[in-house]
Amino acid sequence: MATVDIDLPHVKDHDHDPHHHGPAKGIGRWLFTTNHKDIGSMYLIFSLCMFLIGGLMALIIRAELFQPGLQLVEPEFFNQMTTMHGLIMVFGAVMPAFVGLANWMIPMMIGAPDMALPRMNNWSFWILPFAFLILLSSLFMEGGAPNFGWTFYAPLSTTYGPPSTTYFIFGVHIMGISSIMGAINIIATILNLRAPGMTLMKMPLFVWTWLITAFLLIAVMPVLAGVVTMMLMDIHFGTSFFNAAGGGDPVLFQHVFWFFGHPEVYIMILPAFGIVSEIIPTFARKRLFGYPSMVYAVASIALLSFIVWAHHMFTVGMPLVGEVFFMFATMLIAVPTGVKVFNWVATMFRGSMTFETPMLFALAFVVLFTIGGFSGLMLAIAPVDFQYHDTYFVVAHFHYVLVPGAVFGIMAGVYYWLPKWTGHVLNESLGKFHFWMSFVGVNITFFPMHFVGLAGMPRRIPDYALQFADFNSIASVGAFIFGLSQLIFVYNIIHNARVGEKATAQVWDGAHGLEWTVPSPAPYHTFSTPPKVD
Amino acid sequence: MTKAMMALGLSLASSSALADWQVNLNQGVTEISRDIFDLHMLIFWICVVIGVGVFGVMFYSIFMHRKSKGAQAAHFHENTTVEVVWTVIPFVILIGMAIPATGTLMDMYDTSEADVDIQITGYQWKWRYQYLDEDIDFFSNLSTPREEIYNEAGKNPNYLLEVDNPLVIPAGKKVRFLITANDVIHSWWVPHFAVKKDAIPGFINESWVRVDEPGVYRGQCTELCGKDHGFMPVVVEVKPQAEYDAWVTAQRAKKAALAEAASQSYSVDELIAMGEGVYQQACAACHALDGQGVPGAFPAISGSAIATGAIAAHIDIVVNGKTGTAMQAFKDQLSAVDLAAVVTYQRNRLGNAVGDYVNPSDIQNY
Repeated sequence: MATVDIDLPHVKDHDHDPHHHGPAKGIGRWLFTTNHKDIGSMYLIFSLCMFLIGGLMALIIRAELFQPGLQLVEPEFFNQMTTMHGLIMVFGAVMPAFVGLANWMIPMMIGAPDMALPRMNNWSFWILPFAFLILLSSLFMEGGAPNFGWTFYAPLSTTYGPPSTTYFIFGVHIMGISSIMGAINIIATILNLRAPGMTLMKMPLFVWTWLITAFLLIAVMPVLAGVVTMMLMDIHFGTSFFNAAGGGDPVLFQHVFWFFGHPEVYIMILPAFGIVSEIIPTFARKRLFGYPSMVYAVASIALLSFIVWAHHMFTVGMPLVGEVFFMFATMLIAVPTGVKVFNWVATMFRGSMTFETPMLFALAFVVLFTIGGFSGLMLAIAPVDFQYHDTYFVVAHFHYVLVPGAVFGIMAGVYYWLPKWTGHVLNESLGKFHFWMSFVGVNITFFPMHFVGLAGMPRRIPDYALQFADFNSIASVGAFIFGLSQLIFVYNIIHNARVGEKATAQVWDGAHGLEWTVPSPAPYHTFSTPPKVD
Repeated sequence: MTKAMMALGLSLASSSALADWQVNLNQGVTEISRDIFDLHMLIFWICVVIGVGVFGVMFYSIFMHRKSKGAQAAHFHENTTVEVVWTVIPFVILIGMAIPATGTLMDMYDTSEADVDIQITGYQWKWRYQYLDEDIDFFSNLSTPREEIYNEAGKNPNYLLEVDNPLVIPAGKKVRFLITANDVIHSWWVPHFAVKKDAIPGFINESWVRVDEPGVYRGQCTELCGKDHGFMPVVVEVKPQAEYDAWVTAQRAKKAALAEAASQSYSVDELIAMGEGVYQQACAACHALDGQGVPGAFPAISGSAIATGAIAAHIDIVVNGKTGTAMQAFKDQLSAVDLAAVVTYQRNRLGNAVGDYVNPSDIQNY
């Protein structure tokens, strides 16, 4: 981030302004709030709940896979668990967590008093719980919840889908509307409400990554809405978009889905890039290396994400020239991604590092995300992908980029900024305990999946051949370590957010940026008068 | 409780006795699979070298440039030369990687001049193999007993990777697969051949293999295709040409025997006895062993309007299936004898007692 020198606009005095309105009392505060901090908190709490529910489903999956044979659940229910786990983690845990962080931090980082469209902000949060109530209620419907995987390939999800598919479609529509409104709000805020002097190339990287992510969201969420609407038409109105017997094309579904789906996976990682790009310079006490190239790298990754979608479909029987194009385009993504990793390492190089909890999560992010990036590069090699495709190697790959990638990024951000939100520092020993348990658990869970995948175990199966047994038991043990260690996180937040040691405004001695110029906890309204950034 | 403990003990014993610790791809038994293995190792080592470099610098910084050791932060924050270098070098490495990969891909796509053509059709949850030049056509079902899956019996070494009728191909010949599906998308995979291709309704995908070493090769469906996705393995037997020819002749004889059996008449008890086995193999996956189905997903047979109504409608739905649902047409999957037996079984068992029956000759007229 560029150096920011700030002329403080009487932040403290503002608290005593007689016209100042504090939060309303009671439940009304949360239902009707237009305050970015309240809405940010609600998004984060919602995301944590979804993370725990989705995690519970993951534990059911891993418990069944602990040994060969069917012990705990039937295949029908197993498929519902894999589907719901994926949908909840992607749309319920990771995306809302990033929106929550954006709500809290973007206005404070750019010196804005609130989000640009506060009423819409309230609406984009409050429709989300209903979307997930609808989705979760399908577990109790006749025929069960969606069971066709989070990618819901037609015709398994149309002609052969359970009756609850219609509810699933409705839920996806609501989530999509929420995401699009959130994205519009973020773009409007960043483009219009920056403090004087906060030029685009002075913005913190978290703001930059979110600006680009928001454009990705606006571009692809309508595509998702389109594909589920086509499913709805096929199911209820006799069309045959994806039904070969009616002249439709099942492969079309996959093209449209992944045209949404690939940018979607970057939507889940770019803000995490932004978070670690804030944290590493703070704890290395050194400016981020190559700020402009970081911005260009994120923009390049976002642009490339639109021309690589069919690398998820190397085995559908595309023509040779298609395979080669998508292989080359996919491999190109390694270049800007490499630039980011090199820049983070160069930021640490000859810094003056300390290793508080946020930094530990950020460092683990760099290492483990890079391992996920390597397996991604391997998957990009189209001929070899024929051996990897739809095996546990893919499961290992995307969990490495999503769990120690996106999720560790979010946790790093929470540990980093929570003192600013609550005014209390989290317990550092508990934080480190949580980190090490998570770090060990994540690797025990997901690293052996590379091995069983290469040895030939397909994904999404409730039972497996005997040669996969040992590594599966290990992965299941790791999953329970990782899952249970999140309870430390929950305890740390709930307990120390109220009674923990008082935080200073600065919180971390190496931190720079506007958010550290306001007191901790941040007053209900900040930057009602814009600060001046030189 | 003791039963559960016993099951747990059994599965523990069998898994520890037979599991192994394979951590890498199989080299496989074809030229393509070996090329793919080499590409896999090449990209793997490239990643290892880059990883050692990047993590090396990172951990060096973590150990040497820490505040507790008195490290003072430097002030540099950009260097155009370095940034250009680490953009260009990966780009060059990638080009070097992409060229051999494209070559292998072109070989995989060359399905010309095949000696044998076999159509593979994915069904919910079995494979159908049709030899286009030989008039051979059969289905391949999982043969692992239910007791092993539910831990009531020890698991055999080929647990979940065994079928009743394996695909048989001749060694040393180029075999072309024409892959499609009847209901949802499946994917046909044999790791040792490095052949994986999606089976998609309405499409015919092509792939090919030439295997020199005779042997038995096992794989699985790799595209989520519903409830029993994990239970539709692929088994391929590669036989020397002479044994393959003998197998082809035997298949023809088997077909003639089936036609002969269909012209016989059977008593209701004979049909019910035969029908029980057919029901377990062909129907129980959806309609359940006791005929109760799965509420909301698959209808019950017990007390159903079709199984207790007019026999003609019953035969029709079994023979021709029901379009737009998971109910398949069984006319190609089961012999006339099996069809007659299973319809008779469904009408007189599973809580139904209609009392009528149907003979194979009546089925053939459908």
